[in-house]
Amino acid sequence: MITFDKVTKVYPDGTRAVDGLSLDLPTGKITVFVGPSGCGKTTSLRMINRMIEPTSGTIGIDGRPTSSLDPVTLRRGIGYVIQSGGLFAHRTVLENIATVPLLLGWGKAKAYGAARELIERMGLDASLTSKYPAQLSGGQQQRVGVARALAADPPVMLMDEPFSAVDPQVREQLQDEFLRLQAELGKTIVFVTHDIDEATKLGDQVAVLRVGGTLAQLAPPADLLADPVDDFVADFIGRDRGYRALAFVAAPALPIQPEATVELGATREQVAAVAAGAPWVLVVEDGAPVGWVAPERLGATVGRDDLHRGGTVARVGGSLRAALDAALSSPSRRGVLADDDGRLVGTVSATDVLTEIERDETGPPS
Amino acid sequence: MNLVWAWLADPAHWQGTGGIPARIAEHLLYSALVLVLAAAVAVPLGLWIGHTGRGRVVVVNVVNGMRSVPTLGLLYVSVLVLAPRLRGDWAFLTPAIIVLFLLAMPPILAGAYAGVAEVDPGVRDAARGMGMSGLEVLWGVEIPCALPLIFSGLRSATLQVIATATVAASVSVGGLGRFLIDGLAARDYGQMAGGALLIGLVALAVDGVFALVQRVAVSPGLRPARPLKTHEAIPAS
Repeated sequence: MITFDKVTKVYPDGTRAVDGLSLDLPTGKITVFVGPSGCGKTTSLRMINRMIEPTSGTIGIDGRPTSSLDPVTLRRGIGYVIQSGGLFAHRTVLENIATVPLLLGWGKAKAYGAARELIERMGLDASLTSKYPAQLSGGQQQRVGVARALAADPPVMLMDEPFSAVDPQVREQLQDEFLRLQAELGKTIVFVTHDIDEATKLGDQVAVLRVGGTLAQLAPPADLLADPVDDFVADFIGRDRGYRALAFVAAPALPIQPEATVELGATREQVAAVAAGAPWVLVVEDGAPVGWVAPERLGATVGRDDLHRGGTVARVGGSLRAALDAALSSPSRRGVLADDDGRLVGTVSATDVLTEIERDETGPPS
Repeated sequence: MNLVWAWLADPAHWQGTGGIPARIAEHLLYSALVLVLAAAVAVPLGLWIGHTGRGRVVVVNVVNGMRSVPTLGLLYVSVLVLAPRLRGDWAFLTPAIIVLFLLAMPPILAGAYAGVAEVDPGVRDAARGMGMSGLEVLWGVEIPCALPLIFSGLRSATLQVIATATVAASVSVGGLGRFLIDGLAARDYGQMAGGALLIGLVALAVDGVFALVQRVAVSPGLRPARPLKTHEAIPAS
């Protein structure tokens, strides 16, 4: 557990970056610091490994005040990932990842062995091992940055906006991989972001900080969305809170309806027969839903260009938010549900999803 | 052109203490001496200023100030001041070395300083945050990343020193400059042009050697961006 006890940082020019911050970051959990610029979230993170020294107050790791440890030793025991990746341009991917093990004197064989293992674990192609950072995509660089932080298997990881510099699609992929990895590794993670959606998606608990460096609210994401403590937090969380909170409610057994489908490449006549007058027909390819077609606007056969791709696909057993979104985004108003392998299970209507939400008498999670 | 060729082709010009090989050796010796001295001072100074961020103003002013010093004028002043106080060859060699040293300093200092100062702050931050000490950051990250600019400073200084070492001859020291000064005195234009040609060739040859050393010393990861060859293509993630 990492403990902040009345931690304050005042810069020489009088700026109060962090003011009397006290909170506990439980072992094996992800704590996200989130807030507008100037709220001291990065300063708070950097005080943990003493990249910045607190003006007053103490930060303890498992009961030991960090101020009692040599900064270099302390930092070698804490993973550190920053927004720009900070990879060493003159070293290969393998050498970058082996940095801390080599600093710790593991010897080359053991250090590179650990690095190779992480390359595999991070889902990086083995061919990247001997590449240099300049030859990697942004997403690959961030993965290498995370692998480098994990190389010496530190119990604590500090991550300062690690996914902010990549495009949204890659960011989502990195977030999902990160959660999968954390489920295996169970590190104590401190994560800084300015993006509340990222905070609620990744955090086991979210600490919302105010400008001036005070703690506004510390809560699990679902509680934060359901019950913001004041106007500042409510404003910061933003709109659609009720809808977004549904992301933390696992969908119960929804009344899933079977859906008539056609294969990609089916003829106009086959589609018309399946549709039987309905305006939209679901198209599948090898059992996986790929989109909807409108029979009356079809050429001779169903091609990829004919597909309406606006509808999202929800996973059975996923969240109520995903199920509702699938229904609302579908042109037929029937939300497509698929299993973990992406194969079609059936469809569900928005009304059925709403009925489930209303049936949950406990109200929004709190 | 025929005059130059005739002068260069004359076997007599390739022998003895005043011959071409001996003059080239002298020229290289002076240049190497000057460059080693200048690098010994300017490289550590530039690295230190770049690493600590202290004394940046000094770099800018010293570099600009030194660049505006007239070489030939300074050489004659140095000779007037120093020659009476020194004996033998050193009486004229020392002023020449001082002048060339001052000429070589600015590019080397600027290269070493800029090389370290321009290391991405994120990279430096990551290095410290992972637990590298100040010296480990300097040796393990800043210097390797600064090498391309350090080399560029050294090469630029080398070209200037080899070209300008010619002036040493004007204060009766050896080197390839002798052919220019003596050729002018004797109105032997073949010798003058031949000497100039040799200086150019020596400069290019030495720069070529530096280029080879740089290729070996600098990490491939720091080479200027170029399109990847097909066999290096990276599978999309």
